[in-house]
Amino acid sequence: MKILERNNFHRLFDVLKESGFDIIGPTLQDQAIVYDHLEGVEDLPEGWTDEQAPGKYRVKKRNDKALFGYVVGPTSWKKFLYPPRQKLWSAQKAGSGFEVAAEEGVPQKMAFLGVRSCELAAIAVQDKIFCGGSFVDPHYKKRRENVFLAAVNCAEPKGTCFCVSMNTGPRALGGLDLSLTEMIEGERHYFFLRSGSAEGEKVLSRLPLKDAEGGQQKKEDALLEEARRHMGRAMDTRDIKRLLYDNPDHPQWDKAAERCLSCANCTMACPTCFCSTVEDVSDLTGEHAERWRKWDSCFSLEFSYIHGGNVRQSTKGRYRQWMTHKLASWQDQFGTSGCVGCGRCISWCPAGIDITEEVKAIRADQPARAESP
Amino acid sequence: MSVATKPKLAVYKFASCDGCQLSLLDCEDELLAVAGEVEIANFPEASRAVAPGPYDVSLVEGSITTAHDAERIQQVRKESRVVVTIGACATAGGIQALRNFKDVREFISLVYARPEYIQTLATSTAIADHIPVDFELRGCPINKYQLIELISALLRGRKPNIPKHSVCMECKFRGTVCMTVARGTMCLGPVTQAGCGAICPSFDRGCYGCFGPKETPNTSSLSAWLKDNGDKRPDELVRAFRGFNAWADAFRKESEAHE
Repeated sequence: MKILERNNFHRLFDVLKESGFDIIGPTLQDQAIVYDHLEGVEDLPEGWTDEQAPGKYRVKKRNDKALFGYVVGPTSWKKFLYPPRQKLWSAQKAGSGFEVAAEEGVPQKMAFLGVRSCELAAIAVQDKIFCGGSFVDPHYKKRRENVFLAAVNCAEPKGTCFCVSMNTGPRALGGLDLSLTEMIEGERHYFFLRSGSAEGEKVLSRLPLKDAEGGQQKKEDALLEEARRHMGRAMDTRDIKRLLYDNPDHPQWDKAAERCLSCANCTMACPTCFCSTVEDVSDLTGEHAERWRKWDSCFSLEFSYIHGGNVRQSTKGRYRQWMTHKLASWQDQFGTSGCVGCGRCISWCPAGIDITEEVKAIRADQPARAESP
Repeated sequence: MSVATKPKLAVYKFASCDGCQLSLLDCEDELLAVAGEVEIANFPEASRAVAPGPYDVSLVEGSITTAHDAERIQQVRKESRVVVTIGACATAGGIQALRNFKDVREFISLVYARPEYIQTLATSTAIADHIPVDFELRGCPINKYQLIELISALLRGRKPNIPKHSVCMECKFRGTVCMTVARGTMCLGPVTQAGCGAICPSFDRGCYGCFGPKETPNTSSLSAWLKDNGDKRPDELVRAFRGFNAWADAFRKESEAHE
């Protein structure tokens, strides 16, 4: 473990830029902390924090100058790895046939700065979806291969966080190139740094670092232990697959559907939701055509359209599909939960529907069950 | 494609402000391409030269507010292979459908010196209430890119890419922070159909619902949330849902629920 002083923090930006990375990280925009391109330390939301509750997010000034004193906001990294709109290929009329041109652009190397542990877990989930099976998504893979992950350990969870329940935080562990813990002790402001890869080691080697002194590890442990005990929410995940599979007709689904706007905000904000639709577009002359991939959502009616009609007509059916997939059938499909406990679906639902409360309500009236063998 | 085989396009106006048909003229870069692919046969706003019907595609703007128009629209249907209604007036009755909630005779007696000269229906209604319509293009005004997309799709016989989902998805696509969540701003985005590109939220305004109700709109949930968390009074909710799409079924019912 190494120490980087706050007044040297800009060096991290310099080194990443010199290594050819486009740095993407948290910045204050439109009264929220979003992820966008960063030029330097001054673009970070220094001295800002957030407050989160179901359907509610507010930024607030802190009484210190922390650079990472907030949790996750409306954006997730999937926007950069798996863009909302992506041209897959285009075709041009040529004689009696047509010529297809693939979109071969090489994406810029990106460094994600300030990735939280829940988000590392989400990226790992999407890696599995797009690159883990027999069909690899070339568009995702090309971007993902060029990404440097600089994680930040979460010291102050907020109202809708529940990474501890999903076993994804608050400490950033595997799947990263670099991890940081921000420490503020009175006048002293510094970062603990660790590398998690050869690339991370290279970056570290170019920074003005000091060795951490004995006992400092304990300070970091204490900070993260404190965070672990202050989760805004909790979800009891015991036997959750069976709980949801056994309850497709639970009255709670109707209650959720009464509130659910089927606006798709939860799926757009979710860092693991990966559904898309494909649109074929032709121009007025019919000489040129393009195929685009766009984010879609199981909350849109069109999403479940198959020959003859839409499979999930009711909002109840759509909400149930989303939550059951996220927490239960995702496990059958990908061997992991689709939920990482980041709380975005709770905060960014304009109706304030809380997935942890929905699970609780369904669990509440279950007969006591013998422990599964 | 030779001139003789070009599909014939007509543009009709009923009770409306002309904004939607002007979207066609506003296509600037694409207008020549449109003119290259279709014969603009009947478009009085653009040219006095009118070629007789029947027409392959008729774009109909405006709502039905007079007995004369109720008859005229039947003729449009008769001479058009495909009828596309464009804009909130044609698809929902428009802002003038506010009359539907009141007694129009009272307005006439207050506004006109000689009310007996005015012949009008008690309601302003969508074209689809009078004739079968093949496609409804929403918006106040319509989005010109959606219009081009629709014309391109009709020309090639493919399905137009005109989604019916919420405006919220467009905000998320463009990275606009949700104003309802981050500021408590009243926004009709979650119940409104996409198509504008989520313009208002990107300019710090909540959605006004210009594109009308989205598929399966849960207006009562949105109202409940606005009341409880946005401190909105019933009269504010009535006004929110009584805009350009006041007479669209879902918005009409929601505004009436708060009266």
